[in-house]
Amino acid sequence: MSSVIKSMEKNNRTKPRPPPIGSTGAIGWLRQNLFSNIYNSLLTVICICGLILIIPAGIDWVFLSSQVAGDNRFACQNTGACWAWIDQRMGQFLFGFYPEQERWRPMVAFFLLLPALAPWLFERVPAQRYLRIFSIAYPFIATILLVGGFGLPSIASDKFGGFMLNLIVGLSGIVLSLPVGILLALGRRSKLPLIKWVCISFIEIVRGVPLITLLFVSNILLPIFLPPDATLDSVIRVIIMVTAFASAYMAEVIRGGLQAIPSGQYEAAKAMGLNYFQSMRLIILPQALRISIPGIVNTFIGLFKDTTLVIVIGLFDILGIANAMVANPDWLGLSTETYVFVALFFFIICFSMSRYSMWLERRLGTKGSNGWSS
Amino acid sequence: MLSIRARDIWFNPRSRGLFFQLIVLLSIASFLAFITANTIANLQKAGLTAGFEFLTNQAFFDINQRLISFSSQSSFGRALVVGLLNTVLVSSLGIIAATIIGFLAGILRLSKNWLVSRVVTTYVEITRNVPLLLQIIFWWATFTSLPRVRDSIEIFEVFFLNNRGLRGPSPIFEQSFLWVLLTFLVGLVATFALALWSRRRQLETGQTFRVLPIGLLLIVGIPVLIFFGLNEPMVWEIPKRTRFNFTGGINITPELLALWVALATYTGAFISEIVRAGILSVSVGQTEAAQSLGLRNKQTMRLIILPQAFRVIIPPLTSQYLNLTKNSSLAIAIGYQDLVSIGGTILNQSGHALEIVAIWMAVYLSLSLATSAYMNWYNKRISLVER
Repeated sequence: MSSVIKSMEKNNRTKPRPPPIGSTGAIGWLRQNLFSNIYNSLLTVICICGLILIIPAGIDWVFLSSQVAGDNRFACQNTGACWAWIDQRMGQFLFGFYPEQERWRPMVAFFLLLPALAPWLFERVPAQRYLRIFSIAYPFIATILLVGGFGLPSIASDKFGGFMLNLIVGLSGIVLSLPVGILLALGRRSKLPLIKWVCISFIEIVRGVPLITLLFVSNILLPIFLPPDATLDSVIRVIIMVTAFASAYMAEVIRGGLQAIPSGQYEAAKAMGLNYFQSMRLIILPQALRISIPGIVNTFIGLFKDTTLVIVIGLFDILGIANAMVANPDWLGLSTETYVFVALFFFIICFSMSRYSMWLERRLGTKGSNGWSS
Repeated sequence: MLSIRARDIWFNPRSRGLFFQLIVLLSIASFLAFITANTIANLQKAGLTAGFEFLTNQAFFDINQRLISFSSQSSFGRALVVGLLNTVLVSSLGIIAATIIGFLAGILRLSKNWLVSRVVTTYVEITRNVPLLLQIIFWWATFTSLPRVRDSIEIFEVFFLNNRGLRGPSPIFEQSFLWVLLTFLVGLVATFALALWSRRRQLETGQTFRVLPIGLLLIVGIPVLIFFGLNEPMVWEIPKRTRFNFTGGINITPELLALWVALATYTGAFISEIVRAGILSVSVGQTEAAQSLGLRNKQTMRLIILPQAFRVIIPPLTSQYLNLTKNSSLAIAIGYQDLVSIGGTILNQSGHALEIVAIWMAVYLSLSLATSAYMNWYNKRISLVER
């Protein structure tokens, strides 16, 4: 017995042999991840060939043989992209036809947005309470800055345009559609038949039609529906329609969250003596909203992308400005450059939104059962 | 005494519910009355009468992209039908392509191949995070700035790509092609019946029957035999170059092409996410259980994994199809003449805004209600029966 143990100890003293060459390190990684079998190797080779075709040519087109200076397209005699229009047109792409000497106002509004958003997005922000108060005041401050009043010269909303318009419509839609969506979702699950049916028909009608038709409704039918001499600002009309559209989708997302809450939670809230609004606010909604975060953020992303649809009713958002520039004789034929440039704006914002939601999900998933925002 | 009774009524959930609903009902009714009164006043002021009689009026415009005959003498109603057919055309093309792209991308993203999954992820993230309208306009600008007809790009000498679109061969059918079609349909039905029979037999006796080879023979083999037996009743007409243009073949306009590519790649990215989530949702335990029952890899995939994955995949997939159909209305931005675009033209010509919007809403709503009815039926059919 003891000799067996001894021999085992002896065996243990001999060092284990290293794994075969090619199963560890760089070669091992390559084998495992790129060339694990014939089929995978083939895919890898095809991918590498494709990337070799695309990436160097892309870099060459964007950077190496592109041109950044010049007054019009004739100045661009190179083979690559022509970025010469950016310094001329950047103002329009950002602000539309907002008067040039007043463009500091949307800039200030934009930079004030960051402290207004921070306390809602992140948990540990210095002076959180004051920032929250500030963020409640922010919509009014921003409106005054953009539209005018209190000594600032007033600017008509038909001057709004460019990416500023996308941000205005998108942010207003986001801020308004969440509460409206929550109300619609609660209404859809209400026990009162009339309220339930009103909410269901609103949600289904709005989700059933394309946003374009709703925008046409706002543009063509609203003047018919309103008293003959009443008018409504076109930007406000768009915001209302985009909000209505997004809130119907939001309601369905939140309804999914509400349905996932076990009925024990509802019963427990009732047993504690909470009334309907208390139990919703304190027990049900915090949990339901937390599990619907991915869906909510997806709706926000969709809403923000949909702000480009305002071009079909004649507003000049960043895509509208791009279309106008592509048709301009000075810059004719630069469509690829222009649209890639515009796409970059949306990609940065939408991509960071989706990453933020993933981060939030991870954090809330590991942290336990606190509310979704501290 | 009275105050106590009033309190009772106020705190009685039933009476309180009735009270709230009454308020809602009154406000909705007054809102509708307000709108109706305004509409009537505004229509009178504009000298318009509401009604659908104008649909028989002559449309004084042409439609290039059409599946049925249409000229400027045709009626508004027929124009709308042309538009509806165009919507159906681009949606069905888009749905087929998006499904293929989506399933491929979804499966490739789960691949153990590092490079492939990264490349596919890049495609998905870029297309998902850029507005669809921008992508449609981008593709349209790209397709319309292709070389002129004279310098068309040739693909296998049958497809020609130029700034007027993609021209390819078109099939020409003879009368006797009907026989091929007929045998194909009969084969399809027979295979279906065979599959039902074999499944029932397997459930009863446990004996398996290989449906696939016989099904292939019935669906593909016999029609192909008849096709060649009847001396090829269908030929491809390949477009020929003339001095300024092509003759023969089918031309896909740049508008349709751009819309198709944009809708397919955009929706394909969303579908790939759905497919990925669906496959990941089947737990590893299911695979292990199947293996311990002695099923082979192929059988595990076909009998255990896929049915469960499809339970998760189908509902969001149908809503993506619906989204694609609704998104095809963005065609208006590039001048593809779909239902919304032609409706807009009619609206401008005739001024019947209410009716046109009503038609739009009716068409899209019935589509989406039909889809959600199907989805509810499917969900009920496949939902887990828990004891």
